[in-house]
Amino acid sequence: MSEWLEVNDLKTYYPVKKGLFGRTSETIKAVDGVSFAVRKGETFGLVGESGCGKSTTGRSILRLAEPTGGTVLFEGQDIMKLGKEELRRQRRHMQMVFQDPLSSLNPRHTVGKLLEEPLIVHGLGNSSERKRSVREMLEIVGLPAGFASRYPHQFSGGQRQRIGIARALIVRPKLIVADEPVSALDVSIQSQVINLMQDLQRDFGLTYLFISHDLGVVRHISDRVGVMYLGRLVEVADKQDLFSRPLHPYTQALLSAIPNANPDAKRERIVLGGDLPSAAQAPSGCAFHTRCPYAMELCSKVMPRMVERERGHVVACHLDQTGNEAIRC
Amino acid sequence: MLAYTLRRVAMLVPVLLGMSIIVFMIIHAIPGDPAVIILGQKATPEAIAELHASLGLNDPWYVQYFSYLKNIAGGDLGTSIQTKTAISKEIGPYLAATFELTVFSMLFAIFIGVNAGILSAWRRNSWFDYTAMLIALIGVSMPVFWLGLMEQWLFAQHLNWLPSIGRVNARDPVESISGFYVLDTILARRFDQLEDVFKHLVLPGIAMGTVPMAIIARITRAGMSEAMASEYIRTARSKGVHEFMVVYKHALKNAFIPILTVIGLQTGMLLGGAVLTETIFGWPGIGRYLYSAISARDYPVIQSGILVIAVIFVCINLVVDLLYAYFDPRIKHR
Repeated sequence: MSEWLEVNDLKTYYPVKKGLFGRTSETIKAVDGVSFAVRKGETFGLVGESGCGKSTTGRSILRLAEPTGGTVLFEGQDIMKLGKEELRRQRRHMQMVFQDPLSSLNPRHTVGKLLEEPLIVHGLGNSSERKRSVREMLEIVGLPAGFASRYPHQFSGGQRQRIGIARALIVRPKLIVADEPVSALDVSIQSQVINLMQDLQRDFGLTYLFISHDLGVVRHISDRVGVMYLGRLVEVADKQDLFSRPLHPYTQALLSAIPNANPDAKRERIVLGGDLPSAAQAPSGCAFHTRCPYAMELCSKVMPRMVERERGHVVACHLDQTGNEAIRC
Repeated sequence: MLAYTLRRVAMLVPVLLGMSIIVFMIIHAIPGDPAVIILGQKATPEAIAELHASLGLNDPWYVQYFSYLKNIAGGDLGTSIQTKTAISKEIGPYLAATFELTVFSMLFAIFIGVNAGILSAWRRNSWFDYTAMLIALIGVSMPVFWLGLMEQWLFAQHLNWLPSIGRVNARDPVESISGFYVLDTILARRFDQLEDVFKHLVLPGIAMGTVPMAIIARITRAGMSEAMASEYIRTARSKGVHEFMVVYKHALKNAFIPILTVIGLQTGMLLGGAVLTETIFGWPGIGRYLYSAISARDYPVIQSGILVIAVIFVCINLVVDLLYAYFDPRIKHR
């Protein structure tokens, strides 16, 4: 099964209410027509600047943020059509790991209780079986089983994220949406957690949707990568393709910003002018045209569609469709 | 938890000592000679001098303070000038009456206030939210005595649903065992009388509980709005936890600290005796006891009454502090 998780034209809009009577004056298009597919067992990386809608995309897929439109097919089942109860049961198979492990763990509950709750909610095992699987899970993520009686604030950042991962994993989900799971951690701890996540993926046959703004981390863990800009996907490709031959000018700019460990390597750094435009008033045509070094007249008028330029390499850009400008690499 | 409890209890000692000094000083600052008050205006100077000596009023103030402290520690709160009985004996039923009314008022205030606050936060900016918060605003600003009078006019006089005065039907008094009529009637298996006791509790209970209810509703809404927006709520939902449990188990427990603070303070204030409410509803509580003592210049009663109320207030705060640690495990590790 190749198209295991299929996201089609996903839209999540937020109304902005202003004035005395709460009229909806404008709409923030946090996610505006995102489509991609994730294969079973792979890691799909989603990158972009802060505020580009990558986190909202992740949440909308799990319906933790209610999408405005689009479909999400998970093993052939449309998540958007599920009723409240069905969705609640479905959550067992789709779990999320959050960015800030401290604020995402209820400070009033012990780790044991935090880990046990999903099992209770989904009616898995009796009390002693649940306790055993909590201990097992803690050991799987590399923590002593005795930690079950402690509270989240008594742990370090890295340990907390291990707990966050254990919490997501304990119901044995198929899909894990990891929303910036390591950005709150020290670099040395980041690699430990990333390695743990890779081990777990192998051992449990997990599929990851890995959201991050850190290209280095995404490059390390992902099989395929999607680049988002202002609520839309601009480029999707296999990791090797994307990092060696980025086609979209935005991706090129992002990649040129990765710090290089070799000080002698001479590289041209593409510095984008201006700021990320407001998602409430997205530019017409291609949203990136206000900052794109190659912008043409066409770009401000017509929104480019996602086109498969090479095998498995999809990009939304007018550039070589009109043949106006050679693409630099 | 034990260490935390002991630490908190140990901290009570200086608080209670300081309080006894303040009460002692207030009484000494009040003009008027206690001997004259006890013996009356027409007493002879010899009699006054004799009483001064026997009461120890000629001793230096610190000697007086320590003998006062010794008396309190021994459970002796002095003797009422009006009734000539030991205050420690006669204060009990008044305290019990106030306590019963307070418990009833606070249960009403907490149940309605917390739930209204939760619903308001859960459905923020809905018509329910607006209505509940408007009622809460009115509830905070309405004078309690006026609300009490209106209740009596509507429910007692006009509709004749509920009694307006007293703790129980005067023709059928409760045989007091503990002083708590709800408990006493249950112990005596007089369930018809229990119903009567409850009916008497309704109007003063609601009058006294309205302000705490409104404050609790507003605090709950604020705390719950914040808690509902936090990450661990999203985590709970992502686990597939039922929405009811998300709200009442995950969010409420986190939002409960400020609510608890308000509940503690309000309970303390009600226990201190709501003089106006107790007067309007003819409730024989501590507020009225003190009120009559003040009108009769019964200094020993005033002094001991204030001390007892202050001790109760401190004890409630201790309970609140201990509950903090239960609701927020981070507190006891600090």
